Amino acid sequence: MTVLDHRPTMPVPGWLPGATGPRTDPAPLLPDDSPVRVLGTTGLDKYDPDLLRELYRRLVVGRRYNQQATTLTKQGRLAVYPSSTGQEACEVAAAMVLQEQDWLFPSYRDTLAVVGRGVDPLQALTLLRGNAHTGYDPRATRTAPLCTPLATQAPHAVGLAHAARLRGESVVALAMLGDGGTSEGDFHEALNFAAVLNAPVVFLVQNNGYAISVPLTKQSAAPSLAHKAVGYGMPGRLVDGNDVVAVHEVLAEAMERARSGGGPTLVEALTYRLEAHTNADDATRYRQSEEVTAWQEHDPVLLMERQLKALGLLDEAAVSSASEQAEALAARMRAEFHAEPQLDPASLFAHVYAEPTTQLREQAEQLAAELAAEGDR
Amino acid sequence: MAQALNAALRDEMRADPTVHLLGEDVGQLGGVFRITDGLAAEFGADRCLDTPLAEAGILGTAIGMAMYGLRPVVEMQFDAFAYPAMEQLVSHVAKMRNRTAGKLALPITVRVPYGGGIGGVEHHSDSSEAYYAGTPGLHVVTPATVGDAYGLLRASIASDDPVIFLEPKRLYWSKAELDTAAEVAPVGRAVLRRTGRSAVLITYGPSLPVCLEAAEAAKAEGWDLAVLDLRSLVPFDDQTVCEVVRSVGRAVIVHESTGFGGVGAEIAARVTERCFHHLAAPVLRVTGFDIPYPPPMLEHHHLPGVDRILDAVAKLQWEE
Ligand SMILES: Cc1ncc(C[n+]2csc(CCOP(=O)(O)OP(=O)(O)O)c2C)c(N)n1
Repeated sequence: MTVLDHRPTMPVPGWLPGATGPRTDPAPLLPDDSPVRVLGTTGLDKYDPDLLRELYRRLVVGRRYNQQATTLTKQGRLAVYPSSTGQEACEVAAAMVLQEQDWLFPSYRDTLAVVGRGVDPLQALTLLRGNAHTGYDPRATRTAPLCTPLATQAPHAVGLAHAARLRGESVVALAMLGDGGTSEGDFHEALNFAAVLNAPVVFLVQNNGYAISVPLTKQSAAPSLAHKAVGYGMPGRLVDGNDVVAVHEVLAEAMERARSGGGPTLVEALTYRLEAHTNADDATRYRQSEEVTAWQEHDPVLLMERQLKALGLLDEAAVSSASEQAEALAARMRAEFHAEPQLDPASLFAHVYAEPTTQLREQAEQLAAELAAEGDR
Repeated sequence: MAQALNAALRDEMRADPTVHLLGEDVGQLGGVFRITDGLAAEFGADRCLDTPLAEAGILGTAIGMAMYGLRPVVEMQFDAFAYPAMEQLVSHVAKMRNRTAGKLALPITVRVPYGGGIGGVEHHSDSSEAYYAGTPGLHVVTPATVGDAYGLLRASIASDDPVIFLEPKRLYWSKAELDTAAEVAPVGRAVLRRTGRSAVLITYGPSLPVCLEAAEAAKAEGWDLAVLDLRSLVPFDDQTVCEVVRSVGRAVIVHESTGFGGVGAEIAARVTERCFHHLAAPVLRVTGFDIPYPPPMLEHHHLPGVDRILDAVAKLQWEE
């Protein structure tokens, strides 16, 4: 007789209090068979043309923001920029579906969503410029700091949403991650906590095909990243991440589900990063130009522009107005970034603890003395 | 001490409805050491939350809760099982105030039962204080008395900064009258547990009773030893430590965690830098060996005991 013969039999669901067995029928949790699309379908009819034009305007301005930021890295004005060029539909839609009281938990690539949330476009860049970690007030803007360690912001979103729900407040947290981030333990722990706590959270995975150089096939063997939701007991949705209307629709549904007590949702948006991982990366080492060209045909800004023009929803005036706004923002970025930033070395010690320790006070004095001596020289 | 900690949690939860506990088995069971005993019954499952088994998830969720105005108290079941949460601790808990230029503070208390001497098998006896103390942004506190267990835990929960609250496991069963109204020295202040004129033993947490015993035994050899209980590793009380060292001129640091790169090395360096001319002998350390925590049947060889401390004291009769 082996140990295995003593294996306890699986309890029948419902057999014992707390018995094992699926608590949710997996069928309704399974992701969409193919990515949800709205552009080019009759689904567009129900959309308010003003909302469509607003989405378009934001895409155009967002694209310009990405381009200008990338240029600033080339000029050495910005330390690093992980561009979301090609992913603007996700960034724009994510910001648009949030209500004022909701919280955004962005990763380093999501500056555009942060800006879409209403954060000043220049303050959103302090981390990447290198002059301050977080240039905005997270509490006032309900936007967590841009998060660099992968997926670690996901459990924060869960905790915040859980706390808000305990307080009876209608707050939904939206956490944004990349495809690579879904391999991290924190992602899985966050999904599990969210489902167990029934927390009002939406996880948006922007699957842009690569984690730096590693393609999705080496990241995950799952049928889709959206499938990962099922095992935790939440629905997974699959959406065309370059179709801004579709992303908006799927996210808005998930937000509404969370807001009405239906619990968390995992949304996988299929998209593509048209630029390298950051300005420091050489994407030609790991991907073919044909692939990039194919995705350029599926560019989120082009898709939307073509569609709206075909429907007669976009006149020349709207197009030029959007591009003027984009140029104005770019000009503001150039002007600001060509000026030297104000830096206060004393701030190094200001926010380590509520009250600086004796040791920090001594070190602050030491630095002040060093600076004074430099000034005298 | 376990009851004092329980009373501290209860009193803080009564006083402040934003105090929430979360961790593994903290609800119905009351924690494996029963520190949260009865709290779920009194405050409900939401305020004393049994979480899924995932330390990073627990601490990460606590971060979000703190961002929304709650005061989470996290229980890590054992010292060595807190390591999966290290990323959340180092990258977020410790740094959030700094990253946000003071806009977002995280008033989280992380309770970690730590240290050996209870016959635990591996991964149940680590002394992880040096990892925490080496991380700017965290307060690191460890009580050694019943009164401190109560007072320091209440102060930690009330603190607007994150606190790693290290609970010396082997003192959980130590007994003393608890006077909840008694005044407790604030976090960041060391307390002289015993005065003495010939040398000072500088220690904290589980090693305090050992040092007191050693000081008693040293009387027979003509040594009148002071015993200083640090109580808080961060903030560190340079002032009291240096005052005592200057007055007696000889110091031995005692802790059970490994010596290399340990907290004792930091203290020795500080004392040497600040009190060099008052020292009649080099500052010595008595610590655990630089080994992974040993199997329980061998742990008594590793843990600094009275004899090892007395040997060190003897070396303080230093001649070049
Ligand atoms: C915990 C952690 N490990 C490694 C890194 C280094 N790193 C930065 S971005 C990145 C790739 C992330 O890819 P993905 O999640 O797909 O997001 P994308 O950059 O494509 O938006 C890596 C490995 C990191 N930031 N955090």
